[in-house]
Amino acid sequence: MATVQHAVHDTHGAFEPSLFGTYSKKIGMWLFLASDSLTFGALLFAYSYGRISNPAWPTPFGKESIANATIMTACLLSSSLTMVLAVMAANRGDRAWTRNWLLATMFFGAAFTVLHAMEWTRLIADKMTPSGNPWSSVPLFGGTFFTLTGMHMLHVTIGVIYLGVIALRKKFLPVLLGLWLIGWLITPADSIFHIGVHVLLIGAIISAVILFLKPKDYDAEDVEVSGLYWHFVDLVWMFIFPLVYLMSTKV
Amino acid sequence: MHDVTAVHGESKATYLWVWAALLLLTAVEVVLAYRQVLQPVQMLEVLLVLSVVKAGLITMYFMHLKSELPRMRWLLTVSVTACFVLMWIFFFRDADRIVTLGVK
Repeated sequence: MATVQHAVHDTHGAFEPSLFGTYSKKIGMWLFLASDSLTFGALLFAYSYGRISNPAWPTPFGKESIANATIMTACLLSSSLTMVLAVMAANRGDRAWTRNWLLATMFFGAAFTVLHAMEWTRLIADKMTPSGNPWSSVPLFGGTFFTLTGMHMLHVTIGVIYLGVIALRKKFLPVLLGLWLIGWLITPADSIFHIGVHVLLIGAIISAVILFLKPKDYDAEDVEVSGLYWHFVDLVWMFIFPLVYLMSTKV
Repeated sequence: MHDVTAVHGESKATYLWVWAALLLLTAVEVVLAYRQVLQPVQMLEVLLVLSVVKAGLITMYFMHLKSELPRMRWLLTVSVTACFVLMWIFFFRDADRIVTLGVK
């Protein structure tokens, strides 16, 4: 038995170099992003096809909506810049600036989500639902719009939680629970976000499980991998913004 | 810990230029939408091209795909593109069949 254990221990450090010249976590994240891009691709195909094949497709996005969506786009693009600066700071070992840039990224991400939630609230107040809308007889508009943008909003929210865990570790848990409680209390009981804000509670529970069962000091590689996820969320919006909002502009 | 410019070959100035280019391309898209000089299908094509350019800038510079080994860069790009091409071929052909033949 002792001989077997000895033989196993001897294999440490004798692995082949990575085929892709980088660490496994990064390759894993790239593979996940490749699969996730196909999910968003299918939803974007569905929306775009509906848009160009239906002459009666509604165009409800006026100047106010487009201005709002343009600010949201600027928020996400700026968050990508702060994220890449966080990766730079992490690679040079500057913990303080890594945390500061990550917090700035989270701020832009949270701003994006709040603006998007306001846009949804306005559309819902106009009687738009997943199966109908007041502007035309094309029911697919609501279904494809809410599915696509809702999926993206969920990704942004998960991204903000992910970055919070990397930046603040266990200190982020009370912050997240506080945000959940505030969000739950300030949203009207008949709002979709009164239920949707529970994503933060679920995120807090999952983060707590990870942070307590596998506590670790997140390093530059973890920051870079979280950055890949964040940039992907930004990349997807670069397709949603023109295809959903700009293709349905009412000017 | 290592110097990021040595790892990814990019400086802070490069990232600022890429960010500015992305904002500029977004502004171009918004102007095109406001002018509405193009038909929906042409508009979709132009916006898609601009979006692909923006996606390329994000993946190559912000996600540092440019600095990865060529085999990783090509494997990811080709496999994802191939999947989208397959999706394009089957999805639109089937959707056209439903529209033109009135299949429920």
